[in-house]
Amino acid sequence: MPAIRLRLGAFSAVLALLAATTSPSVAQKKYDIGASDSEIKIGNIMPYSGAASAYGVIGKTEEAYFRKINAEGGINGRKVTFISYDDAYTPPKTVEQARKLVESDEVLLIFNSLGTPPNSAIQKYMNQKKVPQLFVATGATKWNDPREFPWTMGWQPNYQSESIIYAKYILKNKPDAKIAVLYQNDDYGKDYLKGFKDGLGAKAASMIVAEDSYEVTEPTIDSHIVRLKASGADVFFNITTPKFAAQAIKKNAELNWHPLHFLNNVSGSIGSVIKPAGFENAQDIISSQYFKDPTDPQWKTDKAMIAWNEFLDKYYPEANRADASVMYAYIVSQGLVHVLKACGDDLTRENVMKQAASIRDYEPGGLLPGVKVNTSATDFAPLSQLQLIRFKGQTWERFGDILSGDVGG
Amino acid sequence: MSAAEEVEVVTEGQAVEAVPKRAMTLGYGTSLIVLAVLILIPLFVKNFIIFQMTMLLIYALAVMALNILTGGSGQFSLGQSAFYAVGAYTSAILMEHAGMNYALTLPVAGIVCFGFGFLFGQPALRLSGVYLALATFALATAMPQLLKLGYFEHWTGGVQGLVVTKPDAPFGLPMGQDMWLYYFTLAVSIGIYLASVNLLRSRSGRAFMAIRDNEIAASAMGVDVALYKTLAFGVSAGITGVAGGLGAIAVQFVAPDGYTIQLAISLFLGMVVGGVGWLPGSIVGSAFIIFVPNIAEGISKGLSGAVFGVLLFLVIFLVPHGARQVAIVAQQLAAKLKKN
Repeated sequence: MPAIRLRLGAFSAVLALLAATTSPSVAQKKYDIGASDSEIKIGNIMPYSGAASAYGVIGKTEEAYFRKINAEGGINGRKVTFISYDDAYTPPKTVEQARKLVESDEVLLIFNSLGTPPNSAIQKYMNQKKVPQLFVATGATKWNDPREFPWTMGWQPNYQSESIIYAKYILKNKPDAKIAVLYQNDDYGKDYLKGFKDGLGAKAASMIVAEDSYEVTEPTIDSHIVRLKASGADVFFNITTPKFAAQAIKKNAELNWHPLHFLNNVSGSIGSVIKPAGFENAQDIISSQYFKDPTDPQWKTDKAMIAWNEFLDKYYPEANRADASVMYAYIVSQGLVHVLKACGDDLTRENVMKQAASIRDYEPGGLLPGVKVNTSATDFAPLSQLQLIRFKGQTWERFGDILSGDVGG
Repeated sequence: MSAAEEVEVVTEGQAVEAVPKRAMTLGYGTSLIVLAVLILIPLFVKNFIIFQMTMLLIYALAVMALNILTGGSGQFSLGQSAFYAVGAYTSAILMEHAGMNYALTLPVAGIVCFGFGFLFGQPALRLSGVYLALATFALATAMPQLLKLGYFEHWTGGVQGLVVTKPDAPFGLPMGQDMWLYYFTLAVSIGIYLASVNLLRSRSGRAFMAIRDNEIAASAMGVDVALYKTLAFGVSAGITGVAGGLGAIAVQFVAPDGYTIQLAISLFLGMVVGGVGWLPGSIVGSAFIIFVPNIAEGISKGLSGAVFGVLLFLVIFLVPHGARQVAIVAQQLAAKLKKN
């Protein structure tokens, strides 16, 4: 009977193995600092004051969203404590606030901290401390680098992949284009420009006939537009933040300059860019999108949009619904709740990163149809799909397929 | 001399109050107590507090540097953030690109900034009072853009900044990085503080103060006004540069956005709150610019700027001479108690 005994032995071995692997995660609750049976502490850093304070609304929306989650019973029965500090967009202050969150408030993770320089300043610290720096609020390309920085993860489609999409479109549809580029002189503008040049490849040097940058402190960019028009370009890539984007669109019309106009999606909001610039001036501008613009009438009866409005009515009634940041924060908050739910009772920092890195085809409310959140152990760029849109009448018209342009950091 | 110039000299004299040189420092007893507190605190608090205290010392150094310039020689500067940035970048670049020891980068940062400040002091000689403040203001607004320039990007990291490695404690000392850096900063700060006190008590210091009190009288007495004014600028910039270097090491990161005009204004604020011309007040001023924004934020997130403004207004209104005034009142109280 040696064969049977052997099989029995193998069977019991398998049983023992099963018991060893499954029982701790089912029966035992595991916590790191910042999580307990009743609470999950989440840290956040926002520029509530200073030059970038317009983005502070993201922190406020997130705070409102977690109030909603708590009112509905929390995440797996645990209440979320959301601690958000102001860093005024200055990196030394960000370091101070991050250390306060991690060492003094003892949060489980820092979520959606805003801005490339502030996040760069704390990236090394967070990775040394092995505290998740999850879903950072910046489109820089460098956050998708799981090998060097396994505790840092991005969120939105990065700037470079967006401009690569425009570059591909130009190469395909207007191969003899003469391109003028206007960009904001900071990390954001330069990241877009780099992606654009990479996308055009060897033809970048001959196709780009004019390149101009402005400082975020300038009151108006009119003179830059005049200069770019003089270059005789027939394609205009507009890498500007909302206020300047509206100025540029208006000035183009005033000068009667009608190039094929590409507008970065940072400034795609109808409410804060297109409307102030004038609908008639914005016809045929091409941009891209990954979430629904709340001011766009085509989503009026959309289910996700109705849910969003209900959430704002109840928890954040004073919100400016034309501000794309409110929608942005709503979506990314859902992303965090999704990850924490998936963690179950294993609320360790390691498991948070593990769950964040194994999101499959997740569709939080507010994304465009077909855009999905996907991550893996080697892909720390949750959102990387965009759809090209063209402005017609009073709304954006989507055209073409959902495009993806993954770039690593 | 024209009437307009005369008016200017008079207003300048009023703006920066004459502080006798002995009143610029603390007595021995008080100094020792403050020193003991600064040495002992880190043994009992969390790493995060130690980090905050390190930043406290670093900003105190920068505020003191401005204090030497304004309180000592009567010149205004809103451009200290530029010198701070140059010091920070000098240290960061030397550490990351040249692999230099962090402690050695500090004197280099100091010397580079001294040179920079001295050279900037040359054209600034022709300006005084508010005009000088404006010229330095221009320097502060230009600096972040200069740091972003493509030509320097290879060294400065451009808009992305540079990440700096934090040093470990040497000789296998049993302390964490934060604690070591704190004591290192404390040692540097004490050294610079003592040197500054001595400088102000020396011949040069007397020359600074003579210029502050009355330029014409000073030059009549044989003080080389041009030389000492630029020297004051150089010394102030040099100390600010060392503070910047220390700041870069403590924060582990330098980026143009860290050194905007806001920093210069904060330092100026720190000087006023600490008491213009009173060197020990620098640490009080530094505490004000680090902790009061946090308190303001704790009171109201949306209106933190307004709350900060109200707190600042209260300080200026109640104690217009800053911490120095508080110290004097405390001293008088103590004396009274002793008598009773």
